[in-house]
Amino acid sequence: MTSSERAPTTATTTGADAVHPGGPASGGDRNLASPAWRRVAAQASFETRAILRNGEQLLVTIVLPVMVLLGLVRTSFLDLDTGGYARADFVTPGVLAVAVMSTAFTSQAIATAFDRRNGVLRLLATTPLGRGGLLAGKVLGVLAVEVVQVVVIAGVALALGWRPDVAGIPAAIGAVLLGTAAFTALALLLAGTLRAEGVLAVANLVLVLLLVGGGVLLPAGQLSVPLAHAAVLLPSGALGEAMRGALLDGAVPPFSVVVLLGWTAALGWGASRLFRWH
Amino acid sequence: MPSSLAPAGVPDASTGVPAVEIRGLVKRYDGRAVVDGLSLVARQGAVTAVLGPNGAGKTTTVECCEGLRTPDAGTVRVLGLDPVADARDLRPRVGVMLQDGGLPTGVRAGEMLRHVAAMYARPRDVRELGERLGLDAFARTTVRRLSGGQRQRLALAAAVVGRPAVVFLDEPSAGMDPQSRRAVWDLVRELRADGVGVVLTTHLMDEAQDLADQVHVVDHGHVIASGTVRELLADRPGASGTVRVEASPGLDLPALVRALPQAREAALVTLPDAGGGLGTASAAEAAGPWVVAEVEPGVYTLTGPVDPQALAAVTEWLAGQGVLARSLSTGQRTLEDVFLDLTGRHLR
Repeated sequence: MTSSERAPTTATTTGADAVHPGGPASGGDRNLASPAWRRVAAQASFETRAILRNGEQLLVTIVLPVMVLLGLVRTSFLDLDTGGYARADFVTPGVLAVAVMSTAFTSQAIATAFDRRNGVLRLLATTPLGRGGLLAGKVLGVLAVEVVQVVVIAGVALALGWRPDVAGIPAAIGAVLLGTAAFTALALLLAGTLRAEGVLAVANLVLVLLLVGGGVLLPAGQLSVPLAHAAVLLPSGALGEAMRGALLDGAVPPFSVVVLLGWTAALGWGASRLFRWH
Repeated sequence: MPSSLAPAGVPDASTGVPAVEIRGLVKRYDGRAVVDGLSLVARQGAVTAVLGPNGAGKTTTVECCEGLRTPDAGTVRVLGLDPVADARDLRPRVGVMLQDGGLPTGVRAGEMLRHVAAMYARPRDVRELGERLGLDAFARTTVRRLSGGQRQRLALAAAVVGRPAVVFLDEPSAGMDPQSRRAVWDLVRELRADGVGVVLTTHLMDEAQDLADQVHVVDHGHVIASGTVRELLADRPGASGTVRVEASPGLDLPALVRALPQAREAALVTLPDAGGGLGTASAAEAAGPWVVAEVEPGVYTLTGPVDPQALAAVTEWLAGQGVLARSLSTGQRTLEDVFLDLTGRHLR
């Protein structure tokens, strides 16, 4: 189909169409781009493959959580107060929360920061994908990586004797989505404001700090007193509590949901205001 | 003087909606105007070069056309549409090659091109395009391992894979070997033949001279000269040469103009202000087919129908002033001469 077979679409573009047969002239403007779902799906797949192919990203997103899981379940370095639960049951929800943080936050912040520095974000924003499609593709890419993480971690955990509360699985999925939203927003806020090297350092450091004192692996209540009060207010603590609530007791504590929603709103607002594309 | 040295702004009426129309564009970073009242028009089916030194505002101008930056003042229209407000309609019709490439480093070259192609309903055949630009040899290599020229060719392929009506190429030949550059230039000419409007920024004179139908010389954020290469070279019939004289500063230019053959009239013309890049004002005289200027203190250029009589007139003029030239040369005037005359010969 060429322009000569099709009537020009709008008054403003007829001139351009007339001098460009066989090219972009045919059909409506929208027809020149592939459908929105295909663009976003292509971007999500592109992002997912980029992360799963990158050795350092795999280390943070897959190897690290599995090592934490093995370390806490199979060894007794840490004298855990499991509150009467089996060790695997007690630890696995927190490890899944760590996995969410590593992908939605650390991995995404670093990838976006370097893409921003290399002009990738700007180039893709000029294609029909646009900025909105780019963001949607990133979020879907994060969720796709999380599916891989959950399969691997749950597989290892089940082998170690994990028996989750099946009734809590839908609630756990909701907690994962909420946590993903909050930590992706934090990742974009960081990636859109700091230099790439700075993001590399900060994103890894924050992950380690939250692992140790953020109430994600172990209940905030088991931390020392001032930290315990702070940790339940952190997105990490809220996500950890939500996962434990869902998979140990079948219900997410409402307070954790409120905290995660609050962080998502605040960080999302900040990222949309402060994110610089250049 | 013909329109050759006048700032742009008059749209070419020959083809409907122009590819790009910029009027009075202003863009400031931290209060400093990087683009300051820039106006130009680029036609469809033509190659338009935006030529200027580093920091002249070329990239910012192009980024305003691509919808990546929002102008502080003035209007930008691409195919008659606003790059920011009408972004959704424009994106499928505009191809972009960024100066820094915009390629993710961990991805294979072929994969990147296929990914960009997936954004369009009817992209060019990726394999054919890869063959055209010699991408096949490194299609399975990650972008990180590509040479500068290979990256540029991949970025160009990504810019044209969606069959755009307008293409923006920011410094397309940077870091390219001569063979790559040839391939890129051939593709650009082919795009033009297909009716595509090509806008490229460059500081390479030969690129502008060989490729561009229209050249806009930009300095300090605005257009200081526009025209075809021929017009910029003042290449009117018979006027094809230059004489360059280095002697003492402040010699009597009107006397020289009167001495030259075919000088029917002597009119004083002031070159467009280069924006303060030069320490001295450029005095220029034009008479008949001749343009005569003291481009910097003690350096005089004459452009016009250089022949033995003209050269004799120059030496007679020097003798009349009692001045011995340190250097006197004749040659073909190039775009580089025009460019340096306009933007100054000083490092910046």
